[in-house]
Amino acid sequence: MSAGGGRSFGFDRAAPLIVALLVIGAWQAATVAWDVPAWLVPSPLEVGRTLIADRALLAASLGVTLSIALAALAIAIVLGVAIALAFVQSRWIETAFTPYVVLLQVTPIVAIAPLIIIWVHDTRIALILCAVVVAIFPIVSDTTLGLRSVDPRLLDLFRMNRATRWQVLARLRIPSALPAFFGGLRIAGGLSLIGAVVAEFVAGTGGQGAGLAYQILMAGIQLNIPRLFAALVLITLAGVALHVALAWLSRRALAHWHESELAER
Amino acid sequence: MPPRGEAAEGRIGGTTPAVAVAQATKTFDNGTRALEAIDLDIRPGEFVTVLGPSGCGKSTLLHMIAGLLAPTSGTIRWWGGPWSATGTDGRRLAMVFQAPTLMPWARLDANVRLPLELAGAGHAKTEASVREALALVGLTEFARHYPRQLSGGMQMRASIARALVTRPDLLLMDEPFGALDEFTRQHLDIELASLWLKRKLTIVFVTHSIQEAVFLSTRVVVMGPRPGRLIDDVAIDEPHPRGDAFRVSTRFAGYAQRLSAAVARACGGHPGDEACAGAPASGP
Repeated sequence: MSAGGGRSFGFDRAAPLIVALLVIGAWQAATVAWDVPAWLVPSPLEVGRTLIADRALLAASLGVTLSIALAALAIAIVLGVAIALAFVQSRWIETAFTPYVVLLQVTPIVAIAPLIIIWVHDTRIALILCAVVVAIFPIVSDTTLGLRSVDPRLLDLFRMNRATRWQVLARLRIPSALPAFFGGLRIAGGLSLIGAVVAEFVAGTGGQGAGLAYQILMAGIQLNIPRLFAALVLITLAGVALHVALAWLSRRALAHWHESELAER
Repeated sequence: MPPRGEAAEGRIGGTTPAVAVAQATKTFDNGTRALEAIDLDIRPGEFVTVLGPSGCGKSTLLHMIAGLLAPTSGTIRWWGGPWSATGTDGRRLAMVFQAPTLMPWARLDANVRLPLELAGAGHAKTEASVREALALVGLTEFARHYPRQLSGGMQMRASIARALVTRPDLLLMDEPFGALDEFTRQHLDIELASLWLKRKLTIVFVTHSIQEAVFLSTRVVVMGPRPGRLIDDVAIDEPHPRGDAFRVSTRFAGYAQRLSAAVARACGGHPGDEACAGAPASGP
């Protein structure tokens, strides 16, 4: 492979790709060289073939997992921001409720998931709830922090101009909180996917609404290792895609003042 | 210590002071005594500079005059009334902070418009005022820029434009040019003095620069540390506008020397005292 692309901007993007190609190449070479059976470690080619052969099944499962993760992320954003807003309204609320938010965060989701799955009849809603529990913490904590880290002199300026509580919130606290909020959002994006997958593992539900976790579970039982790898690859790609999308959103929202480059008009 | 209050009242009489600080003290919650009983009248049209070493409570005093901090005991009156009666025509306060303190997410015009919007003025009504305020500080062509795109001096001017947009009667400035280089600082001093003349403002200006105090003020109040108290009150009887000729005059040097001695006295013969570390050395 030629490396004539130059080492500036293009290189930054190409470097991780080159690493990926090297690893995949070495993997392929190793499975061929040592004649590793596909049920132990499938070669990348075998995984690729499975991705194509099982595309209908896997795509449907990917859709299920993604829709659960995205629904959970949306709920975590709305609920998390609402909780953070309540927290900054009164120290009392924050003091009273923070321990419970932390409690939710430190309790492993695998331990809570069975309860949620038993209590909530609809499996899909139960899975979404589990993912929300996992994803909501960084949004609550980062947004609360952001809403609180307001330049005290700006706060003085608002007070001198007799700003109402609402004006301080809308025109000062919320804009100040955006960078922290987007930081939390990026972490929550990955967590929502993890939550969705872990909860599905615990639920072990199949049939119509089977997600990628279920496919991995079944493939493991059936020793269909290529499909297991294929499902794994899809989960990873979904996570990366989610991260890239949220990073893009964050850049769109903040670039004009967090990095000055886009501001010229 | 000279009996300050009497001196001030003896000199100017008649009109209601823009600010009347009477026996105001400040003790913070942690027990720190920031200010000893302060008496200070600011007359309309005065340019009063509060001068003193770091930690002498001058910023605390300014925050109290701004209504952002309540005195522990004693009173402060604005045009003879309480703080709640300010904010109307003829009784408007505005403050310029140590740093530009602009909202980084908002363009310059939006930053300058903020005080008007907080007062409930519609966008259309504020347009002319915002343009005028920006023109006053020479930032007309930067209205659509973000604060980050401007130099420190330009950001400070934007901050002044924001303070002037409500047409304040009393402008409070807390070491506004302290973080700027000497050249920019002198330039902004000249602009500020001309704004004060043009707008017939009353200004309370906090600084630890003796040169800046002499150049700008009609009156300099010297404060000393621990606890913060008034040490001296010096009238700078020089006509405005003042130019570079004044800066190099012997009269300028005389005022500077007098203030320098007062600051040294404020430090109470403890030159190594940490509170006075920021104090300029007394004249040779």
